[in-house]
Amino acid sequence: MKFPVQTSPHVEAPSNVADVMTVVLWALVPGTVVAIWFLGWGVLFNVALAIGAAWLAEALMLWLRARPFQPALSDRSVLITGWILALCLPNLAPWWLPVVGSVFAVVVAKQLYGGIGYNLFNPAMVGYVVLLVSFPEAMTRWGAPIEGGAASLTLTEAAQWTFLGVLPGMTGFDALSQATPLDQWRMVTTQGSDVTGAALSIWQGGGWSIWLNLAFLAGGAWMFYRGAIRWHIPVAMVVGVLVTASLLWGIDAERFADPLFHLVTGGVIFGALFVATDPVSASTTPRGRLVFGFGIGALAVLIRSFGNYPDGVAFAILLMNLAVPLIDYYTQPPVFGRKARPDVDAEGH
Amino acid sequence: MPEVRATISPDLHGFHGGLDLDYHKAPACDLPIGDMPLVNEYVLPLHMHIGAPAIPVVSIGDHVRRGQLLARPDDFISAAIHAPTSGVIQSIEQRGLPHPGGLSAQSIVLVADGKDLEAEALDPWPDYQDKSPVEIRARLRDAGIVGLGGAVFPTAVKLATANPGGVETLVLNGAECEPFISCDDRLMQESPEPILRGAQMMLHAVGASRCLIGIENNKPRAIEALQAVIDRLSVEEGERRFEIKVVPSIYPAGGEKQLIRTLTGIEVPRNRHVTDYQLLCLNVGTVANSWHAVVEGRALTDRVVTVTGGGVAEPRNFRVRIGTPMAKVIEAAGGYTEGVDRLLMGGPMMGFALHEDEVPVVKATNCLLAMRPVDRDPTPPPQPCIRCSRCSEACPADLLPQQLYWYARARQFERSHDYHLFDCIECGVCSAVCPSHIPLVQYFRHAKTEIWSSERERAKAEHARRRFEFHNERIERQKAEREAALAKKRAAIKAAQEKSTPKQGSDEVGAPTKAKGDAGAASTAPTDEGKSTASMSIEAARARAKQRKARVQQGDHVNGEPGGAERPSDEPTERPRGSS
Amino acid sequence: MWLAILLAVGLAILFGVLLGLAAQFFRVEGNPLAERIDELLPQTQCGQCGYPGCKPYAEAMAKGEADINRCPPGGESTIRNLADLLDVEFKPLDDDLEVQEVKTLAIIDEEVCIGCTKCIQACPVDAILGAAKQMHTVIEDECTGCELCVEPCPVDCIDMVPIEDGVEAYRFPMPESAHPVPTRGPAARNEGLANA
Repeated sequence: MKFPVQTSPHVEAPSNVADVMTVVLWALVPGTVVAIWFLGWGVLFNVALAIGAAWLAEALMLWLRARPFQPALSDRSVLITGWILALCLPNLAPWWLPVVGSVFAVVVAKQLYGGIGYNLFNPAMVGYVVLLVSFPEAMTRWGAPIEGGAASLTLTEAAQWTFLGVLPGMTGFDALSQATPLDQWRMVTTQGSDVTGAALSIWQGGGWSIWLNLAFLAGGAWMFYRGAIRWHIPVAMVVGVLVTASLLWGIDAERFADPLFHLVTGGVIFGALFVATDPVSASTTPRGRLVFGFGIGALAVLIRSFGNYPDGVAFAILLMNLAVPLIDYYTQPPVFGRKARPDVDAEGH
Repeated sequence: MPEVRATISPDLHGFHGGLDLDYHKAPACDLPIGDMPLVNEYVLPLHMHIGAPAIPVVSIGDHVRRGQLLARPDDFISAAIHAPTSGVIQSIEQRGLPHPGGLSAQSIVLVADGKDLEAEALDPWPDYQDKSPVEIRARLRDAGIVGLGGAVFPTAVKLATANPGGVETLVLNGAECEPFISCDDRLMQESPEPILRGAQMMLHAVGASRCLIGIENNKPRAIEALQAVIDRLSVEEGERRFEIKVVPSIYPAGGEKQLIRTLTGIEVPRNRHVTDYQLLCLNVGTVANSWHAVVEGRALTDRVVTVTGGGVAEPRNFRVRIGTPMAKVIEAAGGYTEGVDRLLMGGPMMGFALHEDEVPVVKATNCLLAMRPVDRDPTPPPQPCIRCSRCSEACPADLLPQQLYWYARARQFERSHDYHLFDCIECGVCSAVCPSHIPLVQYFRHAKTEIWSSERERAKAEHARRRFEFHNERIERQKAEREAALAKKRAAIKAAQEKSTPKQGSDEVGAPTKAKGDAGAASTAPTDEGKSTASMSIEAARARAKQRKARVQQGDHVNGEPGGAERPSDEPTERPRGSS
Repeated sequence: MWLAILLAVGLAILFGVLLGLAAQFFRVEGNPLAERIDELLPQTQCGQCGYPGCKPYAEAMAKGEADINRCPPGGESTIRNLADLLDVEFKPLDDDLEVQEVKTLAIIDEEVCIGCTKCIQACPVDAILGAAKQMHTVIEDECTGCELCVEPCPVDCIDMVPIEDGVEAYRFPMPESAHPVPTRGPAARNEGLANA
């Protein structure tokens, strides 16, 4: 009897790429719900628009590149790209902002590099940075959280604002908007006021950001439990933020914000759990992940403290993405049998 | 039926990664080892061990008996092959091998006479204690003993890598970590005595002082059976030299280096022998057969084979004579079930799929696993790597398969060295955890064999280059020598002429010219000839190539014409003596 | 403006001089390029390229006198390697040369051989053993399959037989690519070639 031949092993992994991505998608849900609760329907529109645009852009690019639609379109990675980008955008953003960002992320940062698995940079962060650099004004349309009013817009009102740029009745945009904590801090420091005071006021008034971070943490715990992410990058990134911020704060508490402020504001927790852990653009060795995460944390605080932009997480992630091949090369784990015996290593094949 | 597991021993060291698999050991491991009926024809490949192929010592038409030497080891690293039953040597020819590439190789074909007569055994040594390690090694070599765990490395050579008295601990490998395989499990359950007696003999042969037996915790009955014999031996010897270590069932716990690490904490690097660390690791089946070879004088002519999987009707272990066609073994296990589409030699992790079942059982055949599509997970098409690094987390050799894959795919084989390609043990764990379903191990095998192949080519080219340079040098030297000799001769003639000038005035004019003419002819002829033959043959080679090309282009006329491109195919008819 | 032009010209001259000096100071003796080319050649010494051996062909290539596609025993892979090393375009084997797919080995029919030693003189790697009026035989391990011994034989007793690769020389094939292949366009054709 003759048989067709297959190669060993004859055991297949029970999971696939789409399963891994699905875990991440579910993990994004609690944070998104909390964000909608505090920041209004605009967040929902951002998510829907970004995901839709990303998916269409992926399909278009696959067609243009003459690549098969399956399984690339059903692996769900592109949904994550869109969703993550959407959560970075201001809640009162106009409709085209998530669309432009998503399309750029998918077309340039993902598909032009060769599609899933081949992108050097995290696509969502590339999209975000492009928006930040190109549309600085639109990117500051943050509506104040629940007490302020953005959440008090009804679904229709929010839709009118997002798609048509019209606000209901007498309301002016200034009434809705509020500077983010990081913006406030930046204004405060540049104007030379007391930082601790400003930080404290944010702590008192910004209970929502604690809730948001807790929701992201819950999602992160779920991803960790399901094996979609490892602990190294988030932990190292938080340590990187705390260590760098503590150093700066220790040097000059007047000029620099305290470490906890850095930790809970901006995209640190979200970035640590959802963006820096993107496997394609992150380091893959255990030690490399620690270096990668720490580097992002440190760079983010440095950019916040000395750079021109209020938040530096996105830039930090992209910069460290660039360093991944180098990090991976120099942080290879010692191979079996070479751990305690460097002398043997020399005679390698 | 809930699986019974033995308690794991304390003080184990474990290894990185690994995988907890579904083991599927039942039902084969619950049935006693069955006996295979004799078959008509046995095929014994001359190369069924690591090392040089054996050299036949019988000729066609010879009648042989079971256990009689058929082929002797060719080199230091090689193994003898013996007749599995009595019968007549029918031929020595190319036969299909159990090989992932479906290759064939020279094999001895034995037609059984059905009487199963035993050859005169080798001299039994019940008092092997009087024999030196060298003698015991020679016996293992004569009996064709090789590692039966799957590596088929000649056991005598393995022992010889140990310095005299350099081995302190003998490790017996009874882990049998691959799913489905239960031949060692059954052997331990049914014949613990030969295993432990064999281990005792090995302790003597290498001068080791203790023996650790590593068994996975999913074999409680084997552990019990061995423990009973160990207790008896301890009383007999007055000391406890044997100890069973129950290791967790994590694939590949039975890999030699992984098991050694688990039991002793020592990591043996790729390019070192286990014996460099005062250790020796042998499979339980190997030591049992070594005992038969040394104490009873019996050569290796059979082995236990697990025949299992959803593709066979009655999964079971069989004691199979080496050389039995696999199809017959499957028949003994009740034949195939409906829809079987894959037959593996070995387990599902490291075993390879066979092209056909007409190939023989060889010394490496520990398992025949027949599968239907329902018996295994579906194989989705591979997707791009997302660098999730599950492979590197599971790799028992601490490698980074995702990086190795990258370079193997891009054929940047020299970069693979940076990521320690040759430390890969091809256990298959990385492929089995990959969510993108990339056949990683296949890439690594490809890369390894490509590197080996190009290294062979390079070595051969380098060798040819040196031969060519030497050849040219020799030609030059010969030319120089000839010229020197000629000059000397000419000088002598000149001297002679000068002497004889007054006497032979008439020849004065003729002789030198003649001599010169001769000399000229003699000195230029070889070089001219050398040069012209070289350039002539170059011309000729090119002409031949052109001629052939023309012929190929002519198409149909090719067949009729002798020589040239068709020569290889015409060769048998032209030279009926064959290549023997 | 003039200053800028002068500056640019000055810099150009300066660097030109520096480069010239560097070429003088770091000059390498011998012809390392020819040696590197020689390493890529199969060393069959068959002369089909038109040069008496691999080294002369390598030297000719290093001087730019010979093309890279004149080595039938090396085949496509050697041409690719040469193209890589010399940074030129790959081209298929020259039309007047015959593609040689299988490696061969010379076998002397010892019953026909008259012991004329002509093949011994022709062999570039001294792979043929024998003496005048004695039967000759080929040392299989030394034979490069160059065919130079076939022509001189007056009784046509030398055959080139293909070498069978042993079990140990088995090469595992490259698995099917995980990278999605284009379904149309010129890229589809190229990918197909690369995987072939």
